Amino acid sequence: MTTAVNTKTLTLVQAVNDALRTMLKEREDVILLGEDIGKNGGVFRATEGLQEEFGEDRVIDTPLSEAGFTGAAIGMAINGLRPVVEIQFLGFIYPAYEQIMTHAARMRARTMGHFTVPMVIRAPYGAGVRAPEIHSDSTEALFTHMPGIKVVCPSTPYDAKGLLIAAIEDPDPVLFLEPMRIYRAFREDVPEGKYTVEIGKGKKLREGDDVTVIAWGAMVPVAMKAAESAEKKGIHVDVIDLRTLYPLDKDIIADSVQKTGRTVIVQEAHATGGLANDILAVINDTSFLYQKAPVERVTGFDVPVPFFAYEDDYLPTPERVLHAIEKVMNF
Amino acid sequence: MEFQFPIIQIMNEQGCIVRSEYREQITKELVMTMYRHLIRTRMFDRKCVSLQRQGRIGTYVPYEGQEACQVGSALALRNGDWMFPTYRDHGAMMTFGRSLTQTLLYWKGRTEGCVPSEGKKIVPPSVPIATQLPHAAGAAYVEKRKGTKNAVIVYFGDGATSEGDFHEGLNFASVFNLPVVFFNQNNQYAISVPITRQMKSKTIAQKALAYDIPGIRIDGNDIFAVYFETQQALERARNGGGPTLIEAVTWRYGAHTTSDDPSKYRDQEESKRRRETTDPIKRIERFMQQEGWWDEQWMNQVQKEVSVEIEQAVAEMERYPKANPADMFDYVFAQPTWTIAEQKNAYFQWKRGIEG
Ligand SMILES: Cc1ncc(C[n+]2csc(CCOP(=O)(O)OP(=O)(O)O)c2C)c(N)n1
Repeated sequence: MTTAVNTKTLTLVQAVNDALRTMLKEREDVILLGEDIGKNGGVFRATEGLQEEFGEDRVIDTPLSEAGFTGAAIGMAINGLRPVVEIQFLGFIYPAYEQIMTHAARMRARTMGHFTVPMVIRAPYGAGVRAPEIHSDSTEALFTHMPGIKVVCPSTPYDAKGLLIAAIEDPDPVLFLEPMRIYRAFREDVPEGKYTVEIGKGKKLREGDDVTVIAWGAMVPVAMKAAESAEKKGIHVDVIDLRTLYPLDKDIIADSVQKTGRTVIVQEAHATGGLANDILAVINDTSFLYQKAPVERVTGFDVPVPFFAYEDDYLPTPERVLHAIEKVMNF
Repeated sequence: MEFQFPIIQIMNEQGCIVRSEYREQITKELVMTMYRHLIRTRMFDRKCVSLQRQGRIGTYVPYEGQEACQVGSALALRNGDWMFPTYRDHGAMMTFGRSLTQTLLYWKGRTEGCVPSEGKKIVPPSVPIATQLPHAAGAAYVEKRKGTKNAVIVYFGDGATSEGDFHEGLNFASVFNLPVVFFNQNNQYAISVPITRQMKSKTIAQKALAYDIPGIRIDGNDIFAVYFETQQALERARNGGGPTLIEAVTWRYGAHTTSDDPSKYRDQEESKRRRETTDPIKRIERFMQQEGWWDEQWMNQVQKEVSVEIEQAVAEMERYPKANPADMFDYVFAQPTWTIAEQKNAYFQWKRGIEG
């Protein structure tokens, strides 16, 4: 990590914009592709002003074809560029799924490292913004399951910038999930210029000896709220923001759960096949004998992310997390 | 290619019939039906934009300017036909029989908004772009196999033609010679991207050549052209003539959705100008005036009736009982899996606990 003196106070989405600008300036080989990212600056304004500044040759409004531009980006990456692709919403990534799963993720393995795909796929994800149907998916586990692609999910402006820069510099494909629910929820001081946050490392957000709560993305503020409520009841919570979903930071998980012996995992996604289950496996593998209570998972349900009138029932809330915290305490 | 695929008009901008062979079929009754639907869809669309601004519904997708495409094509359908719309085609859906209340519920984030109205084969709008085209081909396959005279219409925008599903749907339908009409509304923008950045081809209709099916380019603001050309394509489909690709050239005045600012990427002056010149409703009004069919009193009556209908639908939507979270769990499978059953149970227990 380099130290930068000057800072700007940015929202998460502005930090993404700042990271992209920084890297477009820094590296000639960085190129952005996607729908409406040019003149429109992206539907969330994540790429605002970048085409103006860097030209249509570096910030490309593509035809409406996720498979087309993701596939093209793979070809660009093989041939020396570092493309950063924007999928308008994670729910619209599936046309590109084939390209990501069978090509981006496997190219290095198939060619014994001869061809590599250093690309980033950015996608706003998640529910809680009253979006129309299919705009609220949180299907990160579909991607953590596939070897060959890293999955990153920041929850703060500082991390968003540092992780995105790290993702762009990473030699492998990275899926970069942006929690749209907290795109503009708060601001934070973000260093100007280039710095990185290491991929594969989680972060401790609060210290407590009683319970570990593990979350990522838009669930981090939910976990923090629950931890604050627990504190008022005299329960001290360790909160971990995973930040990287593949590969998991198994050390930070093990350290904390060995200390507390009690864990709650908060996941927005559907329960079955979700990442929480992999975290459970890590706990099982590293810390089985330290456990004082079965691990609780607070998750979305095994139902398609519902229309927004049902969203508040679908999404984990601080109340549900607190309930789980009390459950592991009272086991 | 533009010369091979000229824009077909039956009525020009001034409201004059330019193809006399249709003169007979354009009856006063037909025109009044069309007009009523056009007014209804426009008033509804405006109402929705205003409901969204007041926070009474969620993000809304307006279509103002495209009414002739949606109304004209939907009126050409028969009862047993299928409709595969996009998120923008609620005008077509309502014309074909989806209730206004359901349309409002959809934009209020309620699943009830996707349930087809009694007896209507209206599939829920496709939100991902172009994914409904292969479905339309599949449904058409079954109609053909059953030997019915039912046809299928599927709607999509100009941007959709860049997706693989567009090509896959057309290819499938053409290989099996299926009774499906691919109805494109070319409003010339996919959010911010103009058609010139979407495709190099000058027309969408010409893409039909690759699949060896008829490709027809029409003035999408001329409801007569839309109606009669769609009807002919549907007839061809019913009679074993296979699929047709129709490109209806039109223009949407407003934003892509209510969360979007069109002034960033589109000339608003152009929209203003088009409202005066090529507007689909103005055009049929001009025609009615020339025919001496224009009746101020009738027109006021229509507006009154429609606004009552809309207000009733809004009231009904707002009277709807609060969304029931059980609905989220109950329709995922025919029989809930144990995972869903357990999750539902636990959730309601917890909810009762905190609520009770
Ligand atoms: C697969 C997919 N990618 C992206 C989006 C986001 N999106 C919604 S509408 C739209 C533009 C569609 O343009 P067009 O097909 O011309 O239809 P129009 O909205 O103009 O009617 C985009 C990119 C989506 N819904 N689905």
